[in-house]
Formats: sequence, C-alpha cells, structure tokens
Amino acid sequence: MIVNLFKGRTRAFGPLARLGAVVTLGVILVALLAPYIAPYDLNFVDITRQLEPPSSTHWLGTDENGGDVFTHMLHGARVAVLVGLSTVGICSTVGIILGSISGYFGGWVDEIIMRVTEILMAFPGILLAILLIFITQEPSLLAVIGALSVSGWAGYARLVRGQILSERERDYVEAGKAMGYPSRRILFVHILPNIMAPVIVQATFGVAGAILAEASLSFLGLGPQDTSSWGSLLDQGASYFLLTPYLAIFPGIAIMLTVLGINFLGDGLRDMLDTRRSIEAEH
Amino acid sequence: MSEAKPLLQIKGLKMHFPIYKGAFVRREVARVKAVDGLTFDVLEGETLGLVGESGCGKSTTGRAILQLYTPTEGEVIFRGEDLCKLDKATLHSRRKDLQMIFQDPYASLNPRMTVGDIIGEPLKVHKMATGNALLSRVQELMEIVGLDPRFVRRYPHEFSGGQRQRIGIARALTCNPKFIVCDEPISALDVSIQAQIMNLLEDLQREFGLTYLFIAHDLAAVRHISDRIAVMYLGNMVELATGEAMYDRPTHPYTRALISAVPIPDPEIEATRERIVLEGDVPSPLNPPSGCVFHTRCPFAWDRCKKECPQLKESEPGHFVACHLLDEPGREGALPPVDGNTTKQAVSASVDEE
Repeated sequence: MIVNLFKGRTRAFGPLARLGAVVTLGVILVALLAPYIAPYDLNFVDITRQLEPPSSTHWLGTDENGGDVFTHMLHGARVAVLVGLSTVGICSTVGIILGSISGYFGGWVDEIIMRVTEILMAFPGILLAILLIFITQEPSLLAVIGALSVSGWAGYARLVRGQILSERERDYVEAGKAMGYPSRRILFVHILPNIMAPVIVQATFGVAGAILAEASLSFLGLGPQDTSSWGSLLDQGASYFLLTPYLAIFPGIAIMLTVLGINFLGDGLRDMLDTRRSIEAEH
Repeated sequence: MSEAKPLLQIKGLKMHFPIYKGAFVRREVARVKAVDGLTFDVLEGETLGLVGESGCGKSTTGRAILQLYTPTEGEVIFRGEDLCKLDKATLHSRRKDLQMIFQDPYASLNPRMTVGDIIGEPLKVHKMATGNALLSRVQELMEIVGLDPRFVRRYPHEFSGGQRQRIGIARALTCNPKFIVCDEPISALDVSIQAQIMNLLEDLQREFGLTYLFIAHDLAAVRHISDRIAVMYLGNMVELATGEAMYDRPTHPYTRALISAVPIPDPEIEATRERIVLEGDVPSPLNPPSGCVFHTRCPFAWDRCKKECPQLKESEPGHFVACHLLDEPGREGALPPVDGNTTKQAVSASVDEE
C-alpha cells in the first residue's frame, strides 16, 4: 500500500524540502543515538562549574547545577521525537478510523463524530492538555502524549471524512459496489490509499505541532519531570536569561530549527504527493 | 426476437432522491424524481438501447437496476428473483451476474491498482480463483478485450483512454456476467476509438451470450448496436420499439423531434430534411409537469395531456408509445396507424365520437 502510494509520483523534491528532510532525519538520528554520542551522562553534574559559558569541555556551557547543556539538548531531542511521533501516530490512527466511518457510512454515527470533533476543535488544544495534566496530577511523558492526543485526532478525522466524501462518489468506487465487494474492502483497499496523501502531509505538520506543544507544556512545568526536554531547558534558561542568555537561546534554536525543518518537509511532501495535481496532470 | 424470454423485468421502477433541509430536525423538502415509473423487459441476448437527453434519468435507471441505488418503488426481476427484495449477502453473490461498464475510463479505474489487480479483484473477492489460476484468467481476459497480457503489472495511467475502457470491459467480464449495463461507454472516447469499442462489445455479446442495456445519447451509435430502443424523457419512457420501427415510424412527438435532429449523410436528402425544433427547456425533475411530462414542449398537446398521464400502448406489435395521440388519430400531429388491428380500434373510436 505504501509502495503503491509513491508509485508514478516522481516530482522534484525542492531544495527547501531536502533541507527539511535532512534536518528531520538528523533530529531523529540524534534522538536514537543520544545516550551514545552525548559527551556526559544525563545525571552528570559538576557543582564547581555552574552556569559556565560554552567551552571546549562543555560545548554549550553548563546549567545552574553544573550539568552539561549539550548532553541535555541531545536527550531533549529524544523527548521531542518521541512525543511528536507517538502523538501523531495515535491521533492519525484514531482520526483515520473515525473519519472513515463518519465519511463512508454517514447517518447518525457521522453526526455524533462530527459534533464531538467540533467541540474539541472549538477548544484550544494546549489549554485542554494543561487541564488534563492538571487533573491527572502526573506530569509525565505519557500524560503529555495522552493529553495532546485527546484533542489532536479531531483534525485528522475531519480531513479524512472530507476526502472520503468526495472520493466515494468516484466511478471506481461505484464499480467496486457493482462487483459486490464488501464495504470494508472498498473503504480500506480502494478509498483509503487514494486519500492518504493529504493525511501524510497533515501528519508531518502534526509532528511539528506536537513538538511545539510539548515544549510549551514543559516550559510551563507540565512536561516530563525525569528527563530533559527542550521546553524545560528553555524554562530553566529563562530564569538566568540576563546572566547567561545562551541557556535559553540554544533550546529555542533547537525547537525552531526542528519545527521549521519538519514544516519544509511537509510542504515538499504536499507538492510531491498531491495526486490531483500529479496524476491528473499526465492526462 | 419475439420468442426470446425476458432476462430482466422492470416493473414500475421509481427512483426519487429526497432533498433534506434543517440543521437538527431534517425534513424532506422536495424530491428529485429522476426515474418515475418505468416498466419494461430486457430480453435474453438482446441489446436494449436507452436514449434521452442529459438528466432524463437513463443512468439512474441503469444504476437502480444494478441496485447501486435502492429504488424508491418497483421491482427489478432477474431470473425470477426481485433484486430489490434480496438480503445483502444474496445480493452480493448475485452481483456477479449483473455488471456495468462506465462512461469515464479515467475515473472508473482505481489509479493505485495495477491492471492485473483491477481485473482479478472480483475473482479474489468472490473466491473464484487464486494464485496462478487467477493470473492466467486475468491474462486470458486481457487477450479477449485486446490488451497485451504482458501489461498486467502496469498502472491505469500508463494506458490511453480506449485501452482503459478495455480494462473496464475486462473487469466487467471477469465473473462471466449475464447482463451488462453499458453507461455511455463510448461517449468519452475519441471518434476513431468509438467504433473499435462498439465492435468489441458486439463481438463479446456474440461470444458470451451477453445481454446489454446500452445507455447513450448518441442516436447513431444506439441504432447501430441495439436490437430495440427505448426513449426516455424526464424520468419516463415515452417510446419503445425495434431499432427499425423507431427510425422508420417514430410515433411519439418527442421521438420524432429527436430523430429529425439526426443529420443525414446524403447532402441532397439532408437539404430537404425537416427538423422539428422543440421549444423551451426540459422542466426540472424536482417539479415535473402534471399529466404527460412532455406536454409543456409538445407541439400537439391539448387539455387531456395536462391532466392525464399517458400509459405505454402498442401502436403496432412490439412498438410501445406513451402518447394520447394514439387514441385520437384524427388530431393534428397523429400519425396514420400501421397495423390493421389498431386501425379497427381507431375507426371504432372515431365512430364513437360522432
């Protein structure tokens, strides 16, 4: 199915999209290898050298406890990638399933699912996440992913529903019905592969959004407490901003570059996967 | 022809599409009467041409027969079974026998499946073949419709319009159907390709004993391929006859106008061709005219046409017309009856009037 998705679509991947892909892959690689490439242990502190500027021993300086900022930044990539991918994974799976049911079968199920998505989308996602983490009283990695997923699926569901509504009127779907194919098969084998392109694009932007949301939550002290995340590093750095501004600037740059890179990648994917433009342009 | 038994009987078929309004309480505000009471037979082994202008309900009729839409009313009897009353599972297995060829060869094939998958899928779903048997059946079908079997792993966008239409035909043939609805199968193709596809359809009919419902708006194409022709206007059938009778003795005023619009290839006869030009537009199927739906545009309409809906009547054996003129041969626009039987009736009717 995935191989099929890229079949016949060899549009040029622009320079910005390539840059985005490189940045994204780089961040993922860093996240995977963080424990091996980090110069110090995550728990390492040297209390004699607090708040030091970047040097050859501590490339990005040290924090208020004497921990190595570079090490914390590398580990922060882990959190970013984990939150980004798992949130989008959960959201898109739930969104695709509910959106498909809603769009293909319609009726009262459609009404209920769509009203729920409207309620969720009318509410600022980050506020809902704060509320949920506050209720569970446990700011952990899992809580962040869960809280971001609760409202995040609604966008995917609406996107998938809309795509299915237009796709199911096409003749090849009608042909499938005339052949006596079961609805399940028509939906999963015929319709879904044909509407995946915009979903993949939205998922790519979704990863950037989730990373940003996790950073915001961590900045507010609602992120995972047992590990370093870019958001919490930013939060800590902000307290010493006048003394050692780079403590806040480095995580900020990391967040910005990652989100920007993923967005460039998303733009490139959209141009490449746009079936309406690339398949039909051949005719 | 007349001895052939009907393969398909359509009785009082109605297909209305409701239009809803209201945010919370949806209520029906109107109905599009796409097909409004059709009764006809499709005989075994024949090609029944279904003609009419855009929006007259011909495609809807084809789809309602195949149960792609659930008909509002009426029966579709295929080999003694009313398809409208079958449960889902039985209907799914019956679908093998009734197939469809679509107008648009681009939209009717899934762009992400190979030709082999498209043609072979029905076999897989109905568990009729797997593995090598499936592949060889697919390649056999490709050869039957005139495609190179080596292209089995190619994607639809690698083919031309005519070739894609062949893929669609092969898919329709996969499960050995008895009846195929051809929904304007040639109108999206180049003129040079149209004849090829028509010939292919005729060859397949002869080879596999197929029955076609051939939907088209091109009268010349329909005349070429059809044994009998049915003319539709605004969801109703106005005339049904053999191709020959339809062209030699078009009886309904609408059919006469249609046929008078076909150009004649001989320039001398063409110069004398009398065109009947209909006034106005086709009324909306949302709110069809009372009585005979054609009365708003009929040059011969009188009071009765506004009140009473004409039924299909035999003007000569096998020639059915839905027009009140048939009952009143003395009126302007009425054609002289051809058959002795109807002449007698006509005479007695005119005697009654006196």
